[in-house]
Amino acid sequence: MSTESPPTPPRTGTGAGRVLVAVYAILAIAATGRSVFQIIDRFGEAPIAFSLSAVAAVVYVVATVALALGWRRVALATICFELAGVLLIGTISVLAPALLGLDSLDPFGRQATVWSAFGAGYLLVPLVLPVLGLLWLRRRGLVRA
Amino acid sequence: MIAGFTVALVGVALLAGLFCAALGLAGRKPSDITLASLALVEVLLVAQIVIAIIAPSAGNPPTGNLLEFWVYLVTAAIIPPLAVFWALVERTRWSTVVLGVGALAVAVMSYRMYQIWTVQLA
Repeated sequence: MSTESPPTPPRTGTGAGRVLVAVYAILAIAATGRSVFQIIDRFGEAPIAFSLSAVAAVVYVVATVALALGWRRVALATICFELAGVLLIGTISVLAPALLGLDSLDPFGRQATVWSAFGAGYLLVPLVLPVLGLLWLRRRGLVRA
Repeated sequence: MIAGFTVALVGVALLAGLFCAALGLAGRKPSDITLASLALVEVLLVAQIVIAIIAPSAGNPPTGNLLEFWVYLVTAAIIPPLAVFWALVERTRWSTVVLGVGALAVAVMSYRMYQIWTVQLA
């Protein structure tokens, strides 16, 4: 993987990238809203899961800004973090929910977080979006195959 | 919460979303009609806000969590203005798709709002 950019790299936040930024923005807002609510209302129920949820929300916000403004390295780092997070936490939430302090796996339940069950409560957008993000960065010349 | 109104809100947002997404993918720039469809969604969201303020004192209290409901409602109401602003700043086909994505997000959130108001899961 190379981080070398061409002299005048195409911007990440234009063209179809606009749509990517928009979906990221909505996911960031949704994850932040739910995370803030859960921490205010019921943090004691599943502190680990809700903390991870808050971290995820912040990373989505950073990824949105990075994609919109064309900060390629930041975008790459945050998107990779998200992909790793949704795969790792998604797997743990399915196989061993107790590790995260979760009582139930209901993706729409009161303890659901953005990464629970691979983001099923968000129509799997958290699982699909990082992949699209990486493909987009690659197409715009940041990541080489 | 009024079930019929939720159906109307979700329906309009869904139609506006599919309409804008389809036109955008077909290469159309944001037009008066696509912007108006988002404006209509926003008007219904504002009506929903008024309903949600009045309903509890009019003998129609939520059985679910009111704070969670408001987080969703306020968030949803922010989305159409942002999408329209974006479409006005950058008039490309992709901005039309963004209008559609925004409306679809509102549809999903409105459905969730009704669930949160009427039932308490777990």
